[in-house]
Parts: sequence; C-alpha cells; structure tokens
Amino acid sequence: MTPSVIPSRMTDPSSTPPGDTRSAGPDSAAAERDPVPSRHSNGRSTAALSLRSLGRQLVATFPEAVRKLDPRHVWRSPVVFVVWVGSLLTTVVAVVDPSWFAWSVTVWLWATVLFANMAEAVAEGRGKAQAATLRATRTTTTASRRSADGSTETVAASDLTIGDLVVVRPGEVIPGDGDVVEGMATVDESAITGESAPVIRESGGDRSAVTGGTTVLSDGITVRITTRPGETFIDRMISLVEGAARQKTPNEVALTILLTTLTIIFVLAVMAIQPLAIYSGQEQSVVVLVALLVCLIPTTIGALLSAIGIAGMDRLVQHNVLAMSGRAVEAAGDVSTLLLDKTGTITFGNRRATELLAAPGLGDAEVTEAAYLSSLADETPEGRSIVELAAAGLSEGTRTRADEARSDGATFVEFTAQTRMSGVDLPDGTAVRKGASDAVCRWVSEHGGDVPRGVLTIVDAIATAGGTPLVVASARPGEQPRVLGVVHLKDVVKPGMKERFAQLRAMGIRTVMITGDNPLTARSIAAEAGVDDFLAEATPEDKMALIRKEQEGGRLVAMTGDGTNDAPALAQSDVGVAMNTGTSAAKEAANMVDLDSDPTKLIDIVSIGKQLLITRGALTTFSIANDIAKYFAIIPAMFVVLFPGLDALNVMGLSTPKSAMLSAVIFNALIIVALIPLSLRGVRYRPAGSTALLRRNLLVYGVGGVIAPFIGIKLIDLVVSHLPGMM
Amino acid sequence: MSDTVSGLLTIAVLVAALAAAHVPLGSWMARVFTDARHWRVERLVYRLCRIDPASEQRWSTYAVAVLGFSVVGIVLLVALIALQGVLPLARGASMNLDTALNTAVSFVTNTNWQSYVGESGASPLVQTLGLTVQNFVSPAVGLAVAVALVRGLARSSGAQIGNFWVDLVRGTVRVLLPLAVAGAVVLLLGGVIQNLTSPTSVTTLSGGSQVVQGGLVASQEAIKELGTNGGGYFNANSAHPFENPTAVTNLIEIFLLLVIPFSLPRTYGILVGDRRQGWTVLAFMATLWGLMVAAVTWAEVSAASGPLGGLEGKELRFGVWPSALFAASTTGTSTGAVNSMHESFSPLGGGGVLFSMLLGEVSPGGVGSGLYGALLLAVLTVFIAGLMVGRTPELLGKQVGRREITLTALALLVMPALVLVFTGIGMVAPLVSSQMSASGPHGLTEVMYAYASAANNNGSAFAGFSADSPYTNLTLALCMFLGRFVPIVLVLALAGSLVAQRRRPVNAGTLPTHTPTFAGLFVGVAVVVTGLTFFPALALGPLAEALS
Repeated sequence: MTPSVIPSRMTDPSSTPPGDTRSAGPDSAAAERDPVPSRHSNGRSTAALSLRSLGRQLVATFPEAVRKLDPRHVWRSPVVFVVWVGSLLTTVVAVVDPSWFAWSVTVWLWATVLFANMAEAVAEGRGKAQAATLRATRTTTTASRRSADGSTETVAASDLTIGDLVVVRPGEVIPGDGDVVEGMATVDESAITGESAPVIRESGGDRSAVTGGTTVLSDGITVRITTRPGETFIDRMISLVEGAARQKTPNEVALTILLTTLTIIFVLAVMAIQPLAIYSGQEQSVVVLVALLVCLIPTTIGALLSAIGIAGMDRLVQHNVLAMSGRAVEAAGDVSTLLLDKTGTITFGNRRATELLAAPGLGDAEVTEAAYLSSLADETPEGRSIVELAAAGLSEGTRTRADEARSDGATFVEFTAQTRMSGVDLPDGTAVRKGASDAVCRWVSEHGGDVPRGVLTIVDAIATAGGTPLVVASARPGEQPRVLGVVHLKDVVKPGMKERFAQLRAMGIRTVMITGDNPLTARSIAAEAGVDDFLAEATPEDKMALIRKEQEGGRLVAMTGDGTNDAPALAQSDVGVAMNTGTSAAKEAANMVDLDSDPTKLIDIVSIGKQLLITRGALTTFSIANDIAKYFAIIPAMFVVLFPGLDALNVMGLSTPKSAMLSAVIFNALIIVALIPLSLRGVRYRPAGSTALLRRNLLVYGVGGVIAPFIGIKLIDLVVSHLPGMM
Repeated sequence: MSDTVSGLLTIAVLVAALAAAHVPLGSWMARVFTDARHWRVERLVYRLCRIDPASEQRWSTYAVAVLGFSVVGIVLLVALIALQGVLPLARGASMNLDTALNTAVSFVTNTNWQSYVGESGASPLVQTLGLTVQNFVSPAVGLAVAVALVRGLARSSGAQIGNFWVDLVRGTVRVLLPLAVAGAVVLLLGGVIQNLTSPTSVTTLSGGSQVVQGGLVASQEAIKELGTNGGGYFNANSAHPFENPTAVTNLIEIFLLLVIPFSLPRTYGILVGDRRQGWTVLAFMATLWGLMVAAVTWAEVSAASGPLGGLEGKELRFGVWPSALFAASTTGTSTGAVNSMHESFSPLGGGGVLFSMLLGEVSPGGVGSGLYGALLLAVLTVFIAGLMVGRTPELLGKQVGRREITLTALALLVMPALVLVFTGIGMVAPLVSSQMSASGPHGLTEVMYAYASAANNNGSAFAGFSADSPYTNLTLALCMFLGRFVPIVLVLALAGSLVAQRRRPVNAGTLPTHTPTFAGLFVGVAVVVTGLTFFPALALGPLAEALS
C-alpha cells in the first residue's frame, strides 16, 4: 500500500485532533477555536484519493479481485452473482461458437464482475493498511505479573487473564487493557489515537483506564487486566478496520432485498423475451439475452454496495472514531436528539473574562489597568483571560508602565479560600484587589471606602445573566479605597456553535445541553449557544430519564460520555460515543469510541451516518435510472431486423445492433469504475432540510442517471463501431 | 359541436363530478371504518354469523379470514354454476367445469373476466345469487384490506388491524349497497333496462330472427361499475344498448367506476390524521389516470384519420373520445367493463390500455386494491427517496426496514411475474397460440393483454382472443387467484409489521411525503418500474405494431 492510504490525520494537517482537552496545554483552546465544521470536510480528508492513486490502487487490487471471483464470495451480492453466472454462460457460448461479438461481450461481462470486486477490494484495502499500522505497533510484549505476596514474575502478555495485576514501569508497553489500581503515570497513547501528547492515567476516578499497546512514559503503575488477550481494544480495532467482522447492516440488508427483487423481475422480463422473440420469428442468442440482462439488473449499486458500507466505516476511522457495529453508524443518520455536555463541548470549560465594566463615574482606563495589574501573577485560566482582555484595552505606555511596576518588586497577594480575592501591592504602596464582590466590598468598607450602589447593580446584572462578577478595587496610599469596576467572567460558548446547532435544527435534530449548573446559568448559556433545550443540575439518573423519555416518543438519541456513571446512559442511547480518555465501563457500554475524545465529534458522526445512507440511495436511483437509456440501446438493436420500424427507438443513432449492445455492456462496466471514487468518498452532504436534499439528489442522480448513459453509450459506440465484427 | 369540444367537455364534467363527490364520500368511508356503533342490520348479521364485532384481529387472523371467506366463496360459486342446469330459473345453459372455476375465481377476485357468454352462460339464479353477491362482497374485501393497511400506518405500537368481518359488512352495507341503489335508480332513469320478462324473439331488418334477453340489468350495472367489477350482464358489456344506452349513461358509468377509488385517498388522509397524505395519493392516481386518458385518446384520435375514422370496435353512439375515456378508466380501475372493443383500438391505444393495467391497477385502481397498491408503491418510493435524504426510510413515521421492504417487494413482484411467465409460455404453447385471432405483434398483444387483465384482476379483454379453453381457463384462473390473494396476504403482513411499530415524530430531517417533489417521484417510480419491467414485451407487441 502507498502511504496515501494511511489515516488522513497523518497526511492531512487540517484534521489534526485537538487532543485530550483535560491534559492539554493552553494551546488547545486556541486550536479548538477554529470553526468546527471545516475540520473534517470530507472532500479534504480523502483528497489523497486522487485519480492517479485510485488507478494505482485498482491495479494493486487486481489479484485480490481475481481471488474474489470465487462463487462463494460472489454469492454475497445477488446482483453480482447473476452477472457472474451470465459471464460463465457467455464464456461457454463464446468457446463453442466463437465470434468477435461473443468474446467482446464475454470479456466485458467478466470485467463487470472484476470491477465490482475491485471496488470492494479498494475499500477494504484502505482498512487493511490501517490495520497493518496498528499491528506494527502491537509488538509481542511480556508482562510483570504481581502475585498475591507482592513478588513479580515475568509472563507473556498472551498468558494474562482477567483480574491479573501487572506492574508497568517507565518505557514499558502496557500488556493489556485494564484499570490503573495503583499509582499515576503519563502514557503515550499515540499508537491508538495518533496524538503524540502524552496523557495522564491514575488510579481511581475517570482516568483510570489504560489500553494495551500504549506506552508508559514516566512513573510506574499497577494495572488490573480487564480483557482477555486477543479481545483487547487494539485487537477489536484491527478487526474493525479490516472489516473482518463486517456484517451487513439492517439497511444494507433491506436494500439488498430490493435489489434482489429488481433482479428477479429483470430475469423474468429477459426470460420472457425468448418465447416472445421465437413467436415473432427471431430467436435471440444467449449472448444477447445475457448482455441485456446484465445491463438491466442494478449492477452499479450491486457492485458498489459493500464498498460504500466499508468506506462509511472507514470514514469514521478517518475521523478517529471506532464504531463497534455498522448498525450504530446507520442509527447515527436517524438520530433526532443530541445530548451534549455543556463543559468542553458547548463551552470552553473555563470561565473567561468577556467584559470590563467601569464603576459609575469612572473611566474604562482605570479599571482596565487595575484588572491587568491584579491578574498579572494569576496563573488560573480566569486570571490569564483577564490579562488577555485587559491588555487589548490598554495603551502601549500604560502596559509598559504596568509591566515595569511588576518587575520593580510588586508583591502579589494570592487568592485564598478565606479572603476570596487576590491582587497586588505595588512598590508605591498602592494596593489593587479583585475578587468575589462581597469580599472586595468588605475590604473597601473596612478601609473606609464606599461601595457605590451602581456597582452592586452591575454585579447583580452579571449574576442574573449566568456570569460571575469579579469586583476590582484599589487603594492609593493615604487615600480611601475605591471600587473601580467589575470584571464579567463567563462560560464562553465556543465560536460557531450557534451556527452548528442551527444546521442541526435544519437537519431535524434537537440538541439538549446537559449541565451541572443551576437552571439560571444553564438557561442563559443555552440561550447564548442556541441549543433547543437544557437539563440543569443533571444527575446520571436525570440523564437516563431524559433518554428514556425521548425514546418513548420514538426519537433516537445520541450522546457522549466518559465516566463510569455515564455507562448506563451510553448503553441506553441509540448512539453512545465514549471518549477514549474515559473509563473502560464507559467504553464497554458505548457503541462508538472517539479516539480524540472530542465531544463535538458527535455532529460529524451524524453527518457520516447520513452520508452513508444518501450514497446508497443516490447510487440506487442512478443505477435504475440508467436502465432507460440501455433499453433504448438494446431493444431496437435486438429486433430491428424483424421490425425495421423499431429503429425509431434508436434515439442515440447507434451504428449497428452489435455495436449498440456492446456499447451498453461496456458503459455498464465502466460506470462502476467511474463511481468507485464517489462510493468511497460518499455523496456530498451539506446539512439541509430533507426536501432540499431530496430535490438536489433527485436532480443529480435521478435526472443525471437518465441522461448520462445516453451520452456515455453514444460516445462508446463511436469507438466500438470501428472494432471488427461489429457489423 | 366538434368531437374534441364534446370530448373535453365530457372529461371536464366527469372531473368536476368526481371532485365534488370524493369529499363527502371519502369522509363518509372514513367514518364507516372508525364508527364505534353498529347498525341494527349489521348487529343482526353478526348475531346470525356468531361474530363478535368488538374483537379485533391480528394480521394473520385477518388474512385467514379473507382467504377463508374468498375460498368458500369460490367453492360455493363453482357449485352453483355447475348445478345451474338443475336449479330453478335454468336457461338450459351450462358451463364446463374449467369455465365454471374460471368464472367463480373471476368474480370472487373482483376480476370479472368472462369466459362464458353473458346472455346464455349464466342463469338468472347464478347471476343474482352468485355473481351479484360477489359483485358486492369482492370489492368489500378489497376495501377491508385497504383499510387494514391504513390502520397499520395510523396506529402506533399495537397488534390488531381491525376485524375483517366488521369491515366486510360495513363496506357492503354502508358503502356499496346504498351507492349501488342510487346508481341503479339513476341508470334506470337514463334508460337502462330492469325487468324479469322472458326473452323476446324479434325479426331483424334482414329478415332473420333474434332472441333478445331482458333481465335485472340496471341493478347489476350499477354495482358492476361501482365495485370495479366489470362483469357485464350481456356479452357486449357496456357497449350493449340495454346496459349503456346513451352518452349520459356512459358518463354516469365512468363516474361510478371511478368514484370510490378516487375517494379512498381522502379516507386514507383522514384515517392517518393528515389530509395532505391523502392529497398526495390522490395526485398520484389522478396524474396517472390523466396521463393514460390523454395517451389513449391521443392514439385513438390520431388513428381516426384512417378510412374507418378510428371507429372500428367503437359504438357510434359514443364515438372516439368517450370510448377512449371509458377504456382508460376501466383499465385503470381494475373494472374491466368495456364500451368498445379494446382489440380494435389502434396499436398505441391498445398498448396504452394494456400499460394502464400493467401499472398495477393504481390509476386509481380497484375498490380498495387501488389504494393498497398505491401505498405499496409509496413504500417503495419512500425507501429509495428516504435513503437519499440520509435517514432510514419511513412512511408516516413507520420505518421501512428489512421486513417491510421484503413484503412490499414481494407483493409488487407477483403481478409482473405472472404476466411475464404466462405470456412467455403462451407465445410458444400451441394450446394458446391456436386461440389467437391475429398473428404477429397483435397476436402477442392479445395474449399479454389476457394475462395482464387476469393478474391485475381487471377483467377486460382483447376480445379476439378466445379464452374459453381448459388451458387458458385454468391458467387465467390461477393468475386471477394469485394476482389477488398473494398481494393481499403480503399487504396484511405489512400492515401487521407497521402496526407494531411506534410512530416516529416528524422533524425537519424526515422525508415529507406530501410535497409535490415526492408526488412527482411517486409517479416516476410507478412509471419507470412498470416501463422497465414490460418494455421488451411491449416493444414486440404494440410498439412493433405501431412502428411497422
């Protein structure tokens, strides 16, 4: 395999995962501020699949495609199986009674089957390449098993059983999936997630799960093994991306049934032709009848159906999501309620300063400078956000002066739970304080200052809006302390979320925000983010009750979760996505695991599910619509000698009957190859209402499917008619 | 008034009458099948037949009831016909057993294909006790099945789809009987005969003698059209002046055969609680009907430039336009009554009426069968279109999954399979080819028309084809039986599968099934699927004939 088929995260900088938000540095916030929707645009993530590389892949899969000619394999797709039988039949005829025409048709019929196999092989090949990379990282390991008496012995990782305790030291590979029971360590999980920044794993809590095959970087941990060798996460991942465990999904089965029925109808229609033709006085050759049959049965979708399914799963893998079943991917397309955790998904998770409000009668400059000074040494995310905001509002000179004051020996007052404020005492004796409003107001009063009523009004207004007010005050030496203003801290909704929720609404999906906040705060954030509903002060039981209620109303629910207490809700929801950083209980209960641990991924997952179904529907429509032109090519060709008037149906003006039939067969085979990229990439999906989607896809694949073969067959005929034996 | 103007006016009057009638009739039928109370006469029937009208049935019980009722109907009718010579009111006529079986199946399946000659084949007793009874109950069966399917869509997470006996009795007592009485009176006023006099012998103009039969024609005529039955009292069917004397009765008959099928979409819309759904189905049926009327009329009018003025096989009382209108309507409704001989239509006109049947009798189809046929196609359309909007396809909040699509696909497969297989056999079997009156493409059309008519439970014929032979009688009976009851069982199974589902709420992501886009696709699917299935055969029949 060429490197271009390695997961896109390695070749496509735009899809760099944001990483573990909990352990990542300050940069992650900036990275996340990129508008989410563009991060995984499908066009780009498969940009590697250029025509040339596709050509190379097709050639590379040729041997595999030939191997797949085994009838036991072909049988899985009834449509392709009919082509296979037909090819066999024409081969026999061509051998017994050789002619240019019979051999040309035979060759192209076999090509049709081969192209179908190639489509599947290319789709599988991409998964196999990923599996190979995973296998390479899974080296045979040994484990230090700890016995009951505390001594350790070295055993092969494959000999471990559930419940064994193993000690893993720095630099060692964790031998199997399990939970940390002792210690804490930084672990390199890049083997699974592709993310090089190490994550912290520690005993207890929601960060105790470790995955076999990942490497401990520092410190040592003791792990209790929770899965049998061979059933570990990496093993499952390999079999999933390889498609070894692939079963037809419910919708795929339903579609196969429809395609089989259509095939039966066409088999009957073609079989009925022979007696009708005999009656009319022109018996048809087997080659011609098989050619007609193959052109009529929905070979395009039949050939590409399994490739579409594999590619859909593969697209999820490219988004670093592992779906445990294809059923879940399809369900994702049907989701109508999305439960999203507020923190980390809708908001950045840390409160940030958004406004500096001067006290009545004072200018902005004073409060800005005071806020800046008092927060310079404050390393909390809130503190840094105040510095950031204030710096933007300060003139160059003031900032330099403030920075100088800092280096000139200012003493910083740390925040404590008792004082509930922090600040700075400048060398000139000026004291600046910021903190909870009651604490700062008390400080001002104690030093003989007044708290203007207007400030309290501002404080109340901020609190009502769901924000956190911080009051800033300063006292010059010998002067009464004054309240300068208020900093408005709030949970900041990630940019672009409102638009995303609007898109979801257009797709018919309701978003519900889950938060531990009080209803007041929750309401204001919900309004700002534009979610449809919220669940405040949510407990795991509330969450579960909400899911049940939605499902009773006939709605499919999707949610993300990472904690052990999320596990029941994850299991109950129709699409449960566990974060890879989550506990093993959560991962076990979910039907998808997001290796990037990015909760907004849920939105991408829904899109991928829909895209999968749309691609199937579009190609089915295209396939059936194609038949119209093929009839106009073949039927007049079959009977024009008998009924010259039927030449009126030869609207394409195809040169000879044989050339017309062969052209239709060739078009039928080539269209499969032409549509392989589309079936791998998926039909373009833009969130929109269903009527708009239907109209667009109907126009492109329905009307387009009617027109395209008229042009294609005519063009092929222009070439084919020059071949020998076409008269 | 030119033919064109009068023809267009006739169509305009018909459409206006249908538009006016479908509203009250559709609403009335919705009430009939949801009413909690029973009429006194109905309670009497339930008591006599030991039926508990309050108990509802699962789909399987419902299906067994339909099949049981119909099979018993066939057996009784065969016996009645076979014994007609020894029973009262005998006319000295009798039928072979194969003809009797064919006739019995034909009337029970709402086909009313007549291998026998109307005037002499069946005694008044058979006509009254056998055929007329089936003329009422066979459409009532179709109505019941359609309503059961609609209940499957309308109800949420249940198991019962209604009580067949109640649906059957109500359909007969509250819908068909009153309408048939009204229709009979109107036809009587229009000049259709109704008497019990013995046959009259007359001397014809050329001096020969002719026996003219009388009979209870008007009453049978009304239900013949209303129940989309089509079995004529006389062999010439609605071309006979006693059955259809004037252009006015002609229009009334067309109205009667269309009125229930065109009212059922409204019933459907009301029962599922969304009128717009009914409008879509109505638009679907009306579009197909309009297309077929236009195509057949165009073909016949174009052919009228010939030496016979396109009037071969047509009644001079009616002319080209009303004949084409009748032909397209009767083949689109599974009625099969004729006021002109379809065999004599121009190649494209004859192909048009054939295509109208091959659509699967959904334009607007037979009583009940038109609605469930259309709903099957709606499920198919939803399946393809639903995928294209990125959701598991659903119709009215009911998912079309593996089971549903299997049942739908099989139900839609039955008719093409029967038509293609038996036409294929017929073209090479000497038993059949000897019955054809024409050779070449027209002969092919004759045979295909016969099997299409039987498998679609239409009953009209390309009359040149003499079907009264054991082989054709039995194969046609088989086609009629399978073409009727296999889809019915599958439709009921589908109803059972749908009724068990919880109804999903509609949101912006759901495929709306009431928009013009959907209706257009709906029509497209029906036309394309039919076209693709039958194009080769049609190319060798009507098309080859037309283009030669």
